[in-house]
Amino acid sequence: MLRIINGEVYDPLNGVNGEVRDVCAADGKIVSEAPDGKVIDAQGMVVMPGGIEFHAHVAGGKVNAGRKMRPEDHREMAIPRTPLTRSGVGHTVPSTFATGYHFAQLGYTTVMEAAGPPLGARHVHEELNDIPILDKGFFVLMGNNYFVLKFIAEGDFARLKDYVAWLLEATGGYAIKIVNPAGVDTWKWGRNVNSLDDPADTFPVTPRQIVVNLARVQQELGLPHTIHVHCNNLGVPGNAQITLQTMQAVGDLPIHVTHAQFNGYGGTGWGDFHSGAPELAAYVNEHKNVTVDMGQVVFGPVTTMTADGPWQYRLYQLSGHKWVNCDVEMETSAGIVPYRFSKRNAVNAVQWAVGLELALLIEDPWRVFLTTDHPNGGPFHAYPDIIKLLLDRDHRAEVLEGVHRGAQKRSSLKDLHREYSLFEIAIITRAGPARALGLRQKGHLGPGADADIAIYSKAADPKEMFARPRYVIKAGEIVAQDGRIVQDKPGRTFYVAPGYDRQIESAIRDDFEKYYTVSFENYPVQFDHYLPHRVAVSCVRE
Amino acid sequence: MTTLRLKTWPAVPLEAEAITPDRFVGKTSAEIEALPVHHGNQEAALGDFFAVSGDGTPDIAIEGDLARVKLIGAGMTQGQITVHGDAGMHLGAAMSGGRIGVHGNAGDWAGAEMRGGQIYIRGNAGHGLGGAYRGSPQGMNRGLIVVAGSAGNEVGSAMRRGVIVVGGNTGDFTGAFMIAGSILVFGNLGERAGAGMKRGSIITYQTPKLLPTFRYACTYRPVFLRLLLRELRSLGQEIAEEWFERRYRRYCGDLTAFGKGEILAWEGP
Repeated sequence: MLRIINGEVYDPLNGVNGEVRDVCAADGKIVSEAPDGKVIDAQGMVVMPGGIEFHAHVAGGKVNAGRKMRPEDHREMAIPRTPLTRSGVGHTVPSTFATGYHFAQLGYTTVMEAAGPPLGARHVHEELNDIPILDKGFFVLMGNNYFVLKFIAEGDFARLKDYVAWLLEATGGYAIKIVNPAGVDTWKWGRNVNSLDDPADTFPVTPRQIVVNLARVQQELGLPHTIHVHCNNLGVPGNAQITLQTMQAVGDLPIHVTHAQFNGYGGTGWGDFHSGAPELAAYVNEHKNVTVDMGQVVFGPVTTMTADGPWQYRLYQLSGHKWVNCDVEMETSAGIVPYRFSKRNAVNAVQWAVGLELALLIEDPWRVFLTTDHPNGGPFHAYPDIIKLLLDRDHRAEVLEGVHRGAQKRSSLKDLHREYSLFEIAIITRAGPARALGLRQKGHLGPGADADIAIYSKAADPKEMFARPRYVIKAGEIVAQDGRIVQDKPGRTFYVAPGYDRQIESAIRDDFEKYYTVSFENYPVQFDHYLPHRVAVSCVRE
Repeated sequence: MTTLRLKTWPAVPLEAEAITPDRFVGKTSAEIEALPVHHGNQEAALGDFFAVSGDGTPDIAIEGDLARVKLIGAGMTQGQITVHGDAGMHLGAAMSGGRIGVHGNAGDWAGAEMRGGQIYIRGNAGHGLGGAYRGSPQGMNRGLIVVAGSAGNEVGSAMRRGVIVVGGNTGDFTGAFMIAGSILVFGNLGERAGAGMKRGSIITYQTPKLLPTFRYACTYRPVFLRLLLRELRSLGQEIAEEWFERRYRRYCGDLTAFGKGEILAWEGP
């Protein structure tokens, strides 16, 4: 049992805004009272629910390929083994153990892997299981899946729904991820799509149809998280238009547009490249069915990795850096390109501004989340820097002065004077992601919630405050103290099992045996082996 | 002058990045002996392996066979180190200033990713001399390396700036992925010299085996080379008079990369 007394509590889901009150935990859950047990005196400290990483690339084939191709990234950060913890390396793509420790040291207790190919589900789970301390889940890539395209082309919505449900269960996944719908499929023939109405190659299905159909599937299956969309034309000047059209296409259906920064640009080329954030934010402000995450750029080295193969090829051509591109049969692709965001580069400076603009222009903090699309926009350990930029407008103005003037001329950032409060920071890093993910036991400190708690010393410098929590508590036990890991234990994996008509197996078996290189029986992951600490999150059908 | 004398031969390589003038300055010999080193995976003190005498001046002399002592002068910014014997791997790696002299041979990665300063090696050097570590976009960027003997593979790989002089032969992939800078080899160039080079000059005094992606451009007397050779001569390097007088054949490449690099082959007497 554990009692945290005298702390200033920020618990947005329960409407607690900085009140001094006690937080108690017993048996891994928050309880209203804990008469005995350890007491933490949090006098002068801030108590928040444990942080929730909404979108990061931390496990699976492409993350591992990123590690393999960047030995120089390993040299920059090496953590030695201790009697308690394992060793690790990596600055932008840390090894699994280092990933878990770094997140926990920042007060984060849950992380969602943003893109796993179904065929690579075993690899994703193996790495998730090797990420210590944190609770996890992964989003399953579906936007260019052969069967998804096929059932949409055939207009067979019932089968599409059953297939999605089957696939989520076969992979132990958590949500529907869509990356460059139809574009990745056409990339298998060396092309891309440019509009919502360009058809894919394997079947004549458009991005619009894919997004709308999967959004309906999500609703009808009652999945806890909305569709999670990486829009078409990512990274390309002027792509804010297609992002807007994607949001408009789904109408009132819920949609999450991820790393919106990378999809929030105006202009027609690199010459007149400018921010498209005001248009996107205006739409998000008007439409409550839309959530976004920032995908904030952090100046310095990054490793871009995404299932968006055609974009990564283009980025390789732009940067000339080493690269990896690969095809996942029947399902998706992947690309990895190391990159460096430079303060002195006009385009990079605008990209940096766009993420901040989105966070500042979207009025409802419940619908915009703090991410860097780790490791694409920046490594997650830069979160304290970003929090400081949101909390302190003077600091923001100072940083803006130090970057390429393009950020001032081609974005509205210098006119934005909004400052986040600690309450709002707690929303965009914890409560909001928990609500959007449909994880009811996460992101708050009400009785019955998981006892995941981060306690920060109030410091004059918010960066210092958020970089090193005094205590991080996971499932009621202290796991990190003053930036040191004090307990190393495995986390759990969330998955969904919406249920499906068994007929779907015979409906896909023929094509499966014909085209996949693995047999149908060997495709689904064995839960006992790959999800040893699993938690099913219930689906609520309407 | 601070003198280190090897008294215990390390059973496994010793990682001694503590041996730099920057760390020695202003310290007593007792304090220098207490500096940390890694012996395999064990922490140890410099004094466990070396007898230290003298005050903490930025002028260091090391005596003994240091073939197993790695990282001597790595990251140094000032001062001088003289090694009276062989030196281990990563000698002067990432150094940005000062001077290192080795009377014997040096191990692999000498001067790797250095950013300035000078390294003189009287014997041979290993692989990756002045090169880029695995994955790094750039190798040596500024500075001078002179090796009297021969060097191994990947001399000056991904080098960005500076001069490397090798009196003997070099191994394969000399100047591979060079971005700029100059490499002079007085002996034989190994296979595939200049593979993937964007810019920069590789100068050779023997007939080179060229990759098919290098193309003959012209035969001429490069002015810059006369200045460079004169400068090297003033630094004490032996330069034959006929290297000034005769012409050089210029091959440009690597045409699979940017193609602005060159291999200059001396026409012969």
